Amino acid sequence: MGALIVYLAFWVVAAYLIGWLVGRAAKGRGHDADRWFWLGFFLGPIALIALLAAKPGSGAPGADLEVTDTSYPDFDPAVTPILEVRGITKTFPGVIANENVDLVLNKGEIHCLLGENGAGKSTLVNVIFGLYHPDAGSIYLRGRQLEFKGVRHAISQGIGMVHQHFQLIPVLTVAENVILGNELTTGPLVDIGEARRRIREIGEKYGLEVDPDAKVGDLSVGEQQRVELVKALFRRAEILILDEPTAVLTPGEVDEFFAVVRSLVDQGKSIIFITHKLREVLAVADHITVLRGGKVAGSADPATATQQTLANLMVGRDVVFRVEKGEARPGRAVLSVHDMCVEDERGVQTVSDLSFEVRAGEIFGIAGVQGNGQRELVEAVTGMRRKVAGSVEILGEDATRFKPRQITELGTAHIPEDRTKHGLVGPYTVADNLVINRYHKAPYSRRGVRNQAAIHDEAAVLVEEYDIRTPSVDVPVHTLSGGNQQKVIVARELSGDIGVLIVSQPTRGLDVGSIEFIHQQIIGIRDRGAGVLLVSAELDEILSLSDRIGVLYRGKLVGIFDAASTTREQLGYLMATGSTPDTEEVAS
Amino acid sequence: MTERERGTGGRLGRALGGLRRSLVEGFKLQPVLVPLYAILLSFVVGGILIAIVGANPFKAYYWLVQGMLGGWERVASSIARSVPYIGSALALAFAFRAGLFNIGAEGQLLVGGIVAAWAGTWSWMLEVPGVVAIPVILIAGAAGGALWGFIPGLLRATTGAHEVISTIMLNWIGLFMVRWLVNSRDPIILRDAAASVPRTRPITPTGILPEIYDSQPTLHWGLFVMLAVCVLVAYVLKRTNFGFETITVGLNPHAAHYAGMSVNKIIILSMTLSGAFAGLAAAGEVSGMGATQPYQPGHFITMGFDGIAIALLARGNPIGIIPASLLWGALLVGAPLMQQQAGVSIDIVRIIQSMVLLFVAADAIVRFIFRVRSDEGGAFQMSEEVTL
Repeated sequence: MGALIVYLAFWVVAAYLIGWLVGRAAKGRGHDADRWFWLGFFLGPIALIALLAAKPGSGAPGADLEVTDTSYPDFDPAVTPILEVRGITKTFPGVIANENVDLVLNKGEIHCLLGENGAGKSTLVNVIFGLYHPDAGSIYLRGRQLEFKGVRHAISQGIGMVHQHFQLIPVLTVAENVILGNELTTGPLVDIGEARRRIREIGEKYGLEVDPDAKVGDLSVGEQQRVELVKALFRRAEILILDEPTAVLTPGEVDEFFAVVRSLVDQGKSIIFITHKLREVLAVADHITVLRGGKVAGSADPATATQQTLANLMVGRDVVFRVEKGEARPGRAVLSVHDMCVEDERGVQTVSDLSFEVRAGEIFGIAGVQGNGQRELVEAVTGMRRKVAGSVEILGEDATRFKPRQITELGTAHIPEDRTKHGLVGPYTVADNLVINRYHKAPYSRRGVRNQAAIHDEAAVLVEEYDIRTPSVDVPVHTLSGGNQQKVIVARELSGDIGVLIVSQPTRGLDVGSIEFIHQQIIGIRDRGAGVLLVSAELDEILSLSDRIGVLYRGKLVGIFDAASTTREQLGYLMATGSTPDTEEVAS
Repeated sequence: MTERERGTGGRLGRALGGLRRSLVEGFKLQPVLVPLYAILLSFVVGGILIAIVGANPFKAYYWLVQGMLGGWERVASSIARSVPYIGSALALAFAFRAGLFNIGAEGQLLVGGIVAAWAGTWSWMLEVPGVVAIPVILIAGAAGGALWGFIPGLLRATTGAHEVISTIMLNWIGLFMVRWLVNSRDPIILRDAAASVPRTRPITPTGILPEIYDSQPTLHWGLFVMLAVCVLVAYVLKRTNFGFETITVGLNPHAAHYAGMSVNKIIILSMTLSGAFAGLAAAGEVSGMGATQPYQPGHFITMGFDGIAIALLARGNPIGIIPASLLWGALLVGAPLMQQQAGVSIDIVRIIQSMVLLFVAADAIVRFIFRVRSDEGGAFQMSEEVTL
């Protein structure tokens, strides 16, 4: 609406100017200035639009983009790699993000870039995409050196990127999002019809069907990702960089996504695929490059590599894959939820009639695709969100109406899903964050006055005990790495007398080393007799930690299984569909 | 510490850089560099403006400083003028720390002032000594301001109504309510029927704060009241659980909720306290100036808005508010002499003050010109570099 007003205002001003000019010219020749003014006012803009529309070239779709195939006549994909990265070094103040990194991408190949968080994967692709200017090194595109002239240049040379966090505007339609920044125009008007046609064309060609007129905000995450791909292809990308594309997808969507990726490669596109999921790497890659600490740790051939060898390359040492876990010895129920219903911010009921029990000394895992009510479930149980109906009993007390602090006082610990939003106060020191759930109690404060010395001492002990890598307990917690931030939360929540532990996505975005540590801690607290409610979107995590598994689908528990007697496939199917296959009766 | 040393060229440049570094490190100036440079820059730009209108900026500034500090009486005036600004800036700064933008200091001053003026005319007040009367007036004023802060706090906590909107609206409600209370002749509410201009009746003589220096305006003990409040607020924020909770809610309300703090309680309390600070400042004025000047509705106009600038200049630090307010009051006191002697309009001071606010708010300009590195966790960090 605002844009429309500006647009109309522009034309009124333009019309007025034309009218004024025409009127003045007429007056100079002795004609009636007023009449000529109105003539110019009404006819001028029409003439101007016609003129602009007729201007050759300006209306052609994607006119400002070079067509990359023809601009490299001497490029032979059989001999020359389509993209070659040589000796890229990029430093940020105090950090070497990339050191002498080489990478070769052949045409029509899927090249997986594997590495832990902070290994320099994102930095490398950002250099290729023109977001960063490297300190040293060069990039050859189809055998010719690529100039580092920014993102627009990289796009014009046929490089496209799909970011982990989608760069889409939810209130606009698919077509509007796709053309944004690269509007097809007929004169001064946006040619949305042409854009629609090309989006459909791309959809048919690569199996990326999306409705150009759908609002992006109404689409599922998987569909939004397709829009991102269409956006890159619309800009005639030949090389596609996909940054952790599967992190947000359900197992079923991942399979569909891989099919699309393969069809892109079959049609001659080349793909750089960033991930830290070993299973996926082995499933799709033609080539694997592993980064560690900013350097190339090695390359691998997916035909011969195993998850174990890749993990060792990534971490630089032997990784224990199977979590060492003894038999569970479940006791009495410490957390029971009865017929609980919860609403989200919009007032939509996202958890309905949920009932389950967690017993002392067991880990109850809740599997499910993200957005099926996990967040609301955890927040309701921990007192952060009101329950519409039902009851919650914790360690024998009715905690249905308890506030977060009362629930903590009962002996409940909560490792939240979003560590920067809920778990930590970024600008606070490590020490303050380590006591943020008990700052109000002695010895950390007396009669309302804080005792810095006691806080400091406690922090020093926890940093030592949980091996938190920090220069001191007085640095702001947001300066730590993600793994160490999570360790701060784990240290705070697990120290003390814990009867119930509620954990949500405990290892999201963490490196293999930190994941190992946190898994051990969770099992440790179970073995000390606490009941653990584990919510995770990572099916592997659920399978390796849980003693019993519940599957959450659209806010309902659609099945509860013994971890020992269930399979990955069975759970995956249930997560995606909410029901078991007809052929297979699940006994539970 | 990565002090960026670009080739400023020549030995002089290096010597100046070294001087600056030793000054900054010797006096621990790093946290206040931006405000200091912002003030410097504003005076430079103000000087250019003065030159453009045809006066000599050095002469103008000489008389400005003379007006601010030339003689004890002028120093006393400068301090006296800045006392109420301490309260209005504190009202802003405290709410800032709780993540709230209290634009309502204007209304809170007005309401606090009228309640204090009314309390000063209660008939039983005439018979009690100063040790009772003065606290009663101050507390009444603080309570009036607190009420005007409590309402937007409550609205924010219960309905989510944004405090910027509700405090602005309450400013107007406060202004017209006070005008009506003071102006109304039929019925007479708080108007002094004997006076020719609309104003309240004089407060009880025992309720007048003792004078420190007979300047214009009077320097009175309200100064010490406001200084004590600044120190108290600094202590509460730094050392107490309530202060910790307030800052936590300001930095990350989600984490505060998760950690078991009552976010709504903190929002209501901090808005109420903010209002109380403004109300207290107004009560101090009513009580301190009671001998010469009964309450008039126009008295506090724009003081609340100036508080925004002062709080920003002090970067939300309650102790920093003291020098910032002093600068503010002194500039206003010094300006008339500059106009008299150098022929430069008083308004140039207002322009300089506005530019200080501009440069503090848009600190990237100052950091760019003076090459100040960005500090972590400043109370008013506007934006960090975009990281991709």
